[in-house]
Amino acid sequence: MSDADALLVTHDLRREYHMGEELVRAVRGVSLSVARGDYVAIVGPSGCGKSTLLNLVGGIDRPTAGTVTIDGQRIDQLGDAAATRFRLRHIGFVFQRFYLMPALTAIENVELPMAEARLSREQRVRRARELLAYVGLGERCDHRPAQLSGGEQQRVAIARALANKPELLVADEPTGELDARTGAEMIDLIARVNRDGTTIVVVTHDEDLARAARRVVHMRDGVIVDDRRQDAP
Amino acid sequence: MLFHLAWATLTRHRSRTLLAMLGVAVSAAMLLDMVMLSSGMRVSLRNLLLSRGFQLRLAPKGTLPFDTDATIPDAGNVIRVLRAIPDVGAISPVLGGQLHVAIGMRTITATALGVEPAVQGDYEIVQGRTPAAPNELVASDDFLRASGAKIGDTLSGASGYDPQLRSLTGRRTFVLVGRAHFFYMPAEQRAVALPIATLQGMRGADARDRASLFMIRARDGVDVDGLLRRIQAALPGVTAVSTETAMRQVDERLSYFRQLAFILGAVSLAVGFLLVATLVTVSVNERLGEIVVMRAIGVARSRVVLQIVLEGVVIMLAGALAGLVLGLATARYLNSILASFPGLPAAIDFFLFEPRDAWRALGLLTVAGILAGIYPSWRGASLPIAITLREEAVG
Repeated sequence: MSDADALLVTHDLRREYHMGEELVRAVRGVSLSVARGDYVAIVGPSGCGKSTLLNLVGGIDRPTAGTVTIDGQRIDQLGDAAATRFRLRHIGFVFQRFYLMPALTAIENVELPMAEARLSREQRVRRARELLAYVGLGERCDHRPAQLSGGEQQRVAIARALANKPELLVADEPTGELDARTGAEMIDLIARVNRDGTTIVVVTHDEDLARAARRVVHMRDGVIVDDRRQDAP
Repeated sequence: MLFHLAWATLTRHRSRTLLAMLGVAVSAAMLLDMVMLSSGMRVSLRNLLLSRGFQLRLAPKGTLPFDTDATIPDAGNVIRVLRAIPDVGAISPVLGGQLHVAIGMRTITATALGVEPAVQGDYEIVQGRTPAAPNELVASDDFLRASGAKIGDTLSGASGYDPQLRSLTGRRTFVLVGRAHFFYMPAEQRAVALPIATLQGMRGADARDRASLFMIRARDGVDVDGLLRRIQAALPGVTAVSTETAMRQVDERLSYFRQLAFILGAVSLAVGFLLVATLVTVSVNERLGEIVVMRAIGVARSRVVLQIVLEGVVIMLAGALAGLVLGLATARYLNSILASFPGLPAAIDFFLFEPRDAWRALGLLTVAGILAGIYPSWRGASLPIAITLREEAVG
């Protein structure tokens, strides 16, 4: 696959930061190309730089050096406002701790990115209902996060991530706070999202989740040490 | 959606939001009261002085109207001189004194005003009519209450008391023809008004052809300051003051009121500001994760700031509206206490409500609410997303 066909390309990506007196080289020259529609799991021991790489890929952190290109656009050079707009339209985020707005209902949480994208209320509500039905929460639209289980909250977070139909969905330990059964349901849901056309990059310690991906990238000490395709389960 | 999120966030912590609103309400009430106090007495006094349309007052040389017991001699000549000035529209002479009225075995004493009933500017008739004959008078409610007299009653009055003879002097019989509201009288002051010539006659030689005060109404369109100068030139033996001059003198005497009001108002505003700033800061610190995730999913920094500032403004506005009611209630109560201030006309309001005062207080509080929310919200919305999420995950 050439870089021109890829949705996501990083080139010699580096990220360094200071922790007290110490200079931490979290990512040390990562070049990665992810094809449109692919499902990539980034795995490795804690502190290997995988979450930092995901933040750089998702445009919520800026590299010390190197480039990040998504759908042909360099995002490492974007200013704050432009990067925010880019994330809104092109990238969906799922976090380990869900991070739903506790004051809003499930449907309002899903509406939030669409409201920011200036969709009409009618369009927002219709799409939010569709998305909540898609993740299996069609009957729980008006529940607040505190009234939902962890698995249900993560489903709402996935619906929110898909709200503006992003090309790329990045997920950081999406099963990290879930029990085994709920985690398995989440793995199935993420795989379904990928099958329906969304490119996925997920960082995980969860072997089952990594097994569900089509490609597994191993990192250690800020570099990629292994990158292999695997058969879908 | 942002307003909805702001509102939903506030209602999520109902008791905290309610307490903050109550705090702002107290602060707003005090601010409103101080704004009302800073201008209330001045505006109220000005309205009182101009209520009957008399813009000029003549007092004995070197005094203010009714500041002393001094009187202006040769009152008839003063009136003739004034009438010779074409810009003078109406002249109302007033002589002050006392009237002792015998009621059974006791005597009631009242402040007596000798006036020209046709042009007087000291009272308005509430019931009955104004005096038309030399032996008629009108009285205040306080006098009627104390004496038990009714309209149509005949009263025996005297203008003085001779301690050597131990008897009343300047006796006269009157018919009570009306109940009147006296504009310039302090609260609970018994007052009567009767024709000036009658009072002059009762008081004897020391009041013959004398007046305590002349109130002058200029003709329409006349330059009052110019008229004042002409009167001063024509009558060098009296002090002429315009309403504006009187207001300047009042301003000087009451400047400490305004300073006090300004300082207390500023303190109230600062308390409201700090209250909201504290609440918003605590609220932002509690949900840093939520805020940076909003930024991560594509909500613009300015919109995050706006949403948080809205929370502060909602608290301020809700508190301010409650404070408006509270402020009016406390102003009314304080006014009732201050209305009994010795020597001040009961009609003077220390706390005069004017809609612009409410708008001013509301505007100041809104600005304070916005400012209180801007710093913590901008700080929260400007946090580095990745680092904050990592710290939140560790925390």
